[in-house]
Amino acid sequence: MLPEELRGNPTAAAFEDIAVTGTLAYGELTVEVAPSSILEALGRAKNQLGFERLSTVTGVDRYPAEPRFEVVYHLQAIRRREWLRLKARLSGENPEIESAFSVYRSADWYERETFDLFGIRFLHHPDLRRIMLPDDWPGHPLRKDYPVTGERY
Amino acid sequence: MAGVKEPEVIGSKEPEINDGGITNEVEVLGDHERREHTPGATRTMVLNMGPQHPSTHGVLRLLLELDGETILKAAPDIGYLHTGIEKEFEVKTYQQGVTLTDRIDYLAPLSNNLVYCLAAEKLLGLEIPPLAQWTRVMLAELTRLNSHLVWLGTHAIDIGAMSVFLYCFREREEILRIFEMFSGQRMMTSYIRIGGLALPHPRGWQKRVKDFIDIFPSRVDEYEELLTGNRIWTGRTQGVGYISLEDMLDLGVSGPMLRAAGLKIDLRKDKPYSSYEKFDFEVPTQTANDVFARYQVRIAEMRQSARIVRQALEGMPSGSHQADAPGIVLPDREKMKTQMESLIYHFKIVTEGFRVPEGEVYSAIESPRGEVGCYMVSDGTQKPYRVHWRGPSFGNLQATPRMIEGTLIADVIAGLGSMDFVLGDTDR
Repeated sequence: MLPEELRGNPTAAAFEDIAVTGTLAYGELTVEVAPSSILEALGRAKNQLGFERLSTVTGVDRYPAEPRFEVVYHLQAIRRREWLRLKARLSGENPEIESAFSVYRSADWYERETFDLFGIRFLHHPDLRRIMLPDDWPGHPLRKDYPVTGERY
Repeated sequence: MAGVKEPEVIGSKEPEINDGGITNEVEVLGDHERREHTPGATRTMVLNMGPQHPSTHGVLRLLLELDGETILKAAPDIGYLHTGIEKEFEVKTYQQGVTLTDRIDYLAPLSNNLVYCLAAEKLLGLEIPPLAQWTRVMLAELTRLNSHLVWLGTHAIDIGAMSVFLYCFREREEILRIFEMFSGQRMMTSYIRIGGLALPHPRGWQKRVKDFIDIFPSRVDEYEELLTGNRIWTGRTQGVGYISLEDMLDLGVSGPMLRAAGLKIDLRKDKPYSSYEKFDFEVPTQTANDVFARYQVRIAEMRQSARIVRQALEGMPSGSHQADAPGIVLPDREKMKTQMESLIYHFKIVTEGFRVPEGEVYSAIESPRGEVGCYMVSDGTQKPYRVHWRGPSFGNLQATPRMIEGTLIADVIAGLGSMDFVLGDTDR
């Protein structure tokens, strides 16, 4: 359900039926969808609305709140000079979401980074390995329950 | 010699020798052509390039599967410079975080300062005075020159043109002196702060910037004289490193690489920040989409940046270098000694920082390498809840396999150089 003030927004309206909520703050549009419909939302953004570029994918850890993780996608429509932020919330128990790779190939490394630093698994990702840290590194540093000094000290 | 035939002697009727189809002729690939590989036809080898290879500019490791000199498969391996800067933002106050941004991309510190401050200022709703905005533009453009000069010098050295490096670093030294004059630091400037600038303008800056900008265009001519018409340079760069525009957009490439493929994309024009809309400049583009086109785009960008610096120098407005926001910017030294309120603000800002309203913003600017973005989430405290850095090098480097697979190993160096990545920016 989109809030009242976003009803007239043409970009937000495209997500009318799948949006959980949406905001327009600081001139930036955010649409939140359920994790199960993230591929549908990304597909619509790319094919219907012409957001041809995925700028970045990242996570936010809301520990100890539940649902704990947010996966955030920043999209850009180059010719229309428009930006869109898509978001999905995942539980801390089993953070899993479909990979955006089938829609935007640039999601590849960004999802690997988010997996590496947050421990969020992207299903059907072609090569979900750690990218920044060594393969045998324990834990996921950008989680809020991971100490800044690291766990070994 | 391959391909050179003996002149035929008229009348000679020697029978042709059947050599079983073995020839010495080397297959020459045309521009943008890639050699197809038949699996199982030949034995391949894996070459480990880097992480200490000089042409990888830092510590990039490339795993290349080769068939002779042709690359069948390339797998970049990054992370050697990962320093956990995004984690560290979360334990620093907003103003302290500025110093971390310098260290992400050490060739473009002021661009990074700027994008971070723009994000925080958006959350705070600060209005930045014109003098600070124009100074930011001027320094961001000098940063672009600085970064492009390092790129040109090292890129040319990679391909074999040694002397260009020395010419480029001569001018870069001047730019670093200007940075030192403004901020006291040559590289880790942290001069742009949330709410304006760290310090007022130094005495005599106009002369130094003017002297530099007067001579700089003729110096760009010098680089062009060394390279643009140079047959070895064009031979090594033209038709090399091609990657289609669709692939680049899909893989998240930004900046000069897209402009060299004919797409007029520049955040300074598309989404002006820091009063870029008041400056008169052009966005250079090329259509050839190869290493040479990227070189031409960056050379043209240097000329445009010099134009912007000159406009900023000549039209620099007067006024304060910091916003009028008592709880956020440090008070004037003199006022601190005479006014109780200023002293309290100073104490509070230094000891505990300032609170930033809850919310999330994404600010993006055109850095020398492309779109650098800062996604900042605030929970209403003095420290950012989360800062995500969208480094342009990370996005650009992702396109490496697409660009070099199927081409010759000698072209990898030229192709990588044309991407202009900084590993600190990639790994963060």
